[in-house]
Amino acid sequence: MTFMHKILASTAALALTAGAALAEPALIYDLGGKFDKSFNEAAYNGAKRWAEETGGSYRDIELQSEAQREQALRRFAEAGANPIITTGFAIAPVIEEVAPDYPDTKFVNIDGFLPEVPDNVAMIAFQEHQGSYLVGMLAAMASDSGTVGFIGGMDVPLIRHFGCGYAQGVKAVNPDIKIVANMTGTTPTAWNDPVKGSELAKAQISQGADVIYAAAGGTGVGVLQTAADEGILSIGVDSNQNHLHPGKVLTSMLKRVDVAVFNAMTAGENLETGTTLVLGLEEDGVGYAVDENNKDLLTDEMTAAVEEAKQKIIDGEIEVVSYYANDSCPVLNF
Amino acid sequence: MDLNTILQILDSTVRLATPLLLACLAGLFSERAGIFDIGLEGKMLAAAFFAAAFASVTGSVWIGVLAGIGASLVLSAIHGLASITFRGNQLISGVAINFLASGMTVLIAQDMFEQGGRTPSLMAGGRFEPITLPFAESLQAVPVLGPIYHDLISGHSALVYVAFLMVPLSWWVLFRTRFGLRLRAVGENPAAVDTAGVSVIGLRFAAVAICGVLCGIAGAYLATGLQAGFVREMTAGRGFIALAALIFAKWRPWYALYACLLFGLLQAVALRYQNIDLGVFVLPVQFMDALPYILTVVILAGFVGRAIPPRAGGEPYVKER
Repeated sequence: MTFMHKILASTAALALTAGAALAEPALIYDLGGKFDKSFNEAAYNGAKRWAEETGGSYRDIELQSEAQREQALRRFAEAGANPIITTGFAIAPVIEEVAPDYPDTKFVNIDGFLPEVPDNVAMIAFQEHQGSYLVGMLAAMASDSGTVGFIGGMDVPLIRHFGCGYAQGVKAVNPDIKIVANMTGTTPTAWNDPVKGSELAKAQISQGADVIYAAAGGTGVGVLQTAADEGILSIGVDSNQNHLHPGKVLTSMLKRVDVAVFNAMTAGENLETGTTLVLGLEEDGVGYAVDENNKDLLTDEMTAAVEEAKQKIIDGEIEVVSYYANDSCPVLNF
Repeated sequence: MDLNTILQILDSTVRLATPLLLACLAGLFSERAGIFDIGLEGKMLAAAFFAAAFASVTGSVWIGVLAGIGASLVLSAIHGLASITFRGNQLISGVAINFLASGMTVLIAQDMFEQGGRTPSLMAGGRFEPITLPFAESLQAVPVLGPIYHDLISGHSALVYVAFLMVPLSWWVLFRTRFGLRLRAVGENPAAVDTAGVSVIGLRFAAVAICGVLCGIAGAYLATGLQAGFVREMTAGRGFIALAALIFAKWRPWYALYACLLFGLLQAVALRYQNIDLGVFVLPVQFMDALPYILTVVILAGFVGRAIPPRAGGEPYVKER
């Protein structure tokens, strides 16, 4: 018995010293859940890659409710985790509140926006409208009916931001094309309602849409399923979703959350904070997915046109208007 | 608006109303017997998961449906045990079941399939295919009635027809059989039923079991009829809308059908037209989404007739004090 105690005590001591020597990074997933096949899963993949490549370990938690945000942040900060990486815009104001209490801990938020970034916080923003612009161009070029669809999840500015970039890309190819845009709902259940996603897709198909872009988390699973069943094309979001229905998903708008998480974990305690890091096409923070599942759907002309537009956006020749700029979209009414 | 658009909206209405209708009838049996059940959501969710999981593993959709019903029955048994045998609070037991189902489904799904709390997409055979009713193709050319028969009545999955047949069946069982009379009596005045020498406990357990079966079919329909697989929290509040429909229907089977169709229609219209321009003002989509709850409050407030719940509802039966 005493021998057991000794072993336990020594392992505990070992664990403590190890913790003190090298702070573990922590990762907090937003309400969509760790394995949403999309945004949070991309964050998880980045962390997994970091753990595999460096042999390090990290701690993570999936939030179950709004109220847990502050609790989770404080628990990780008090446990000595550094940096603490969070996903989702909703946690940003909580970080603003918590961060000053832990000046030695670095916080990272992906997708959020703070007017004044505290000294120990790094905000990471993606130029989703640029990536959406490119998939919008692909949608317009792949459409035969002259109507394309957009299905958003919860009706928040971020999703309108996606939709607005998409609409601009569509209109850039063909100014006369019709865009049917729907939001799934106004509550967080809108991220996990594939049945409603299916019905929205069916309603859009009956209005003539033959390519539908789903930026809707778990709801998008229903959209992609219905699109595949009804024989039209769909566009996935965040992670590469082309494999879900090979040959039926035109492409996916990639948001390299995994790269952002990987870089933040690699930088560790030397992470640059107090700023907002913007990841766009130039930094390969966003893009469109090409793999063996969709290469037959994309013709050479389509790829060439999109690559040209990508270069022009990077060079500043094409300006994709951000929805955030004046809280409205020049080409689409929601 | 042409006939085609109307038919598409009505078609969508039928699909959306079916899970509501099954869950509403499930709640009807339970509450008529005096057992409040706010765990409809949880039972549907558990059934949806087990239906998808078993259909995916075995490749047979009917084994999936049976598994869904089984899972729902287990949760019903827990609810029955807590609220009938141990006379616990029925609302708390229902809430517990919702939490249990919400967490358990994702946990088991992750353990079984490792796809992030989802089941793999179901292939043909693992999901319900639309049934084409006889003569649907040949009658399609008939004006008006042809498209109605072909697009609206034909072409749904088997469980839709099961759900609609449940309405007259529920009415017949509740209002035309001895069992139904006793079941309703046990929700109004259990002491009288007990005095007549009929087991209150037995009747209530029977009602809760019927509730479990119907919720099981509802969940299985979500995962294998409407969708091709399970996604976490995929019921998305439908169990609660079914409860609202139950109150709206004043605990009657035929009214339940009308209430669910109305709620389904509201959803279908909201999905089809985001913001409805009435000329004078624009009706936002959020209003359409909230309308089922608003209507329920209106009914509860007594503006459109009175909704009187079963008198012994929510009360555990104690033989002697």
